[in-house]
Amino acid sequence: MADATTNAVTEARGPKPRRVFSSTNIIIYGTLLVVCLYYLLPLYVMIVTSLKGMPEIRLGNIFSPPVEVTFQPWVKAWSEACTGINWDGLSRGFWNSVQILVPSVIVSIAVASVSGYALVNWRFKGSEAFFTILIFGAFIPYQVMIYPIVIILRDTGGFIGDVTGTNFRLMGSIWGLVIVHTIFGMPILTLLFRNYFTSVPEELFKAARVDGAGFWGIYFKIMLPMSLPIFVVAMILQVTGIWNDFLFGVIYTKPETYPMTVQLNNIVNSVQGVKEYNVNMAATLLTGLVPLTIYFISGRLFVRGIAAGAVKG
Amino acid sequence: MAVTDAGPATEVAKRPSRLFKNLASKIAAVPMVLVALVIFVGCTIWTIYHSFTRSRLLPAPEKWVGLDNYERLWGENRWLISIENLAIYGFCSLTLSLTIGFVLAALLDRKIRFENTIRTIILYPFALSFVVTGLAWQWILNPQLGLQNVVRSWGWESFAFDPLNNAEIVIFGILIAGIWQGSGFVMVLLLAGMRGIDEDIWKASRVEGIPAWKTYIFIVIPMMRPVFVTAIVIIASGIIKVYDLVVAQTSGGPGIASEVPAKYVIEKMFFSQNLGLGFAASTMMLLSVLVVLIPWAYLEFGGKKNG
Repeated sequence: MADATTNAVTEARGPKPRRVFSSTNIIIYGTLLVVCLYYLLPLYVMIVTSLKGMPEIRLGNIFSPPVEVTFQPWVKAWSEACTGINWDGLSRGFWNSVQILVPSVIVSIAVASVSGYALVNWRFKGSEAFFTILIFGAFIPYQVMIYPIVIILRDTGGFIGDVTGTNFRLMGSIWGLVIVHTIFGMPILTLLFRNYFTSVPEELFKAARVDGAGFWGIYFKIMLPMSLPIFVVAMILQVTGIWNDFLFGVIYTKPETYPMTVQLNNIVNSVQGVKEYNVNMAATLLTGLVPLTIYFISGRLFVRGIAAGAVKG
Repeated sequence: MAVTDAGPATEVAKRPSRLFKNLASKIAAVPMVLVALVIFVGCTIWTIYHSFTRSRLLPAPEKWVGLDNYERLWGENRWLISIENLAIYGFCSLTLSLTIGFVLAALLDRKIRFENTIRTIILYPFALSFVVTGLAWQWILNPQLGLQNVVRSWGWESFAFDPLNNAEIVIFGILIAGIWQGSGFVMVLLLAGMRGIDEDIWKASRVEGIPAWKTYIFIVIPMMRPVFVTAIVIIASGIIKVYDLVVAQTSGGPGIASEVPAKYVIEKMFFSQNLGLGFAASTMMLLSVLVVLIPWAYLEFGGKKNG
């Protein structure tokens, strides 16, 4: 299903415009131009603001390009801005986010792809029922499950710490957040992988079975190499999703391990000190840079990721 | 538990019972089963149960208080404002993003040039987080230095547009940002649905001389019903989750004028240590999701049975 939607996007099927400079065309292109300007405006404003000095911001208007371009706000946002408890800027949040992102993406995709594979090729009694619960679970507001998960993480983390004699904790650590991202990424990712694996010819699977390949053998030798595109789609989905997360970061980590989005919010919305709008906008852009880069590089695959999530198979 | 028990058992058993057939696949499914049962079912039931108890700070002896929390919840002004905001935001966001998304999809579907570029521009806000979105619009809507100031400097001295500091209209300030962020996604969804419609429909309507707008309203939209339903379900479940946008853009202010239920729950649970109220409020959120979800599931699965 995912394939059908994305392939379909390639060709337009609407009514054909008649002449190049017909009034209809002018209206269409005019409207689209205005629309594009509206969507680009905030990005433009953020960029020009982040390149101005504070005196210029106080005097001028937010749309005017900077008279004197300065990169000082970017430097300050990255390494000096006050995040509430310390003065080392967004860099700390950036590295926290990277540390959260890498294991979360790997674990969530590994778990979900194996689940999807088990659902398609190794059905067991009740497997579809669990899958249905998973899909409906995606619609339950996080707020309903957030507190019991705090308790689960606190108790299991504490238990593991006691057993191993270390001060290992899940609550407030990066690993707790990895588990949370794995849990809440599961519905959409499992759906994604399940739909994709369904399209892999069953004969391949059967032939491998006859040859004596087991569960993991088939997964690593057939399913994984044949499904690299969907792994890339899943990665795009997870990298943007986890990078942009705010709620779980606030709840399940401590100030020292806050991800970038949370630190950004603390910098900009802190009530103390003079508001430095240029630094704020530089910080905002820095935080948005990772998902934006992914978006502009991945192009069509990003669209495919979100459409695959939306259009059920 | 099952994992550790099953390991030695298979070595001992001479004839593997049905339970241990394809053991690896069952072990691999454990995370899925755990998430489904423990998190989605277990935690939800836990929260619903505790919404009927007086829990201020867990772990503490909990006392069954029936609907007490719900009565206090619905008597609280902050909650009522949250609900009202969610209703306004939800209604406007749903209608606007569907309308804008559909119009844009229809425009992009008319064999235009630069389709990819335009789509990329319209969709990019969707890649940004709500925090970034909220902060960007907080700056644009800044009354002293933002949009209002610019329009005034153009000569329209009495121009007033300061939604973020006006309790009456603050929710519309958030709405502008929300629509900016999410409407591209709706457009992509609807465009995919539109492209799925048979081209013969367009040929037939041209032969009949039906104007394009009529074809859209009377033929294309009804044919896209499944896509619209999917879009509505996705938008609606996103609306109920609105949290970080409000936190970043207004922090719920001015005063409590832009509070939303998702924020209310988090604050009751983690900042004012009033768990009972938090659980009751989150149960209400779940209830509102079910109101959307159950008719959808009925249409979806009822429809499959019939054909």
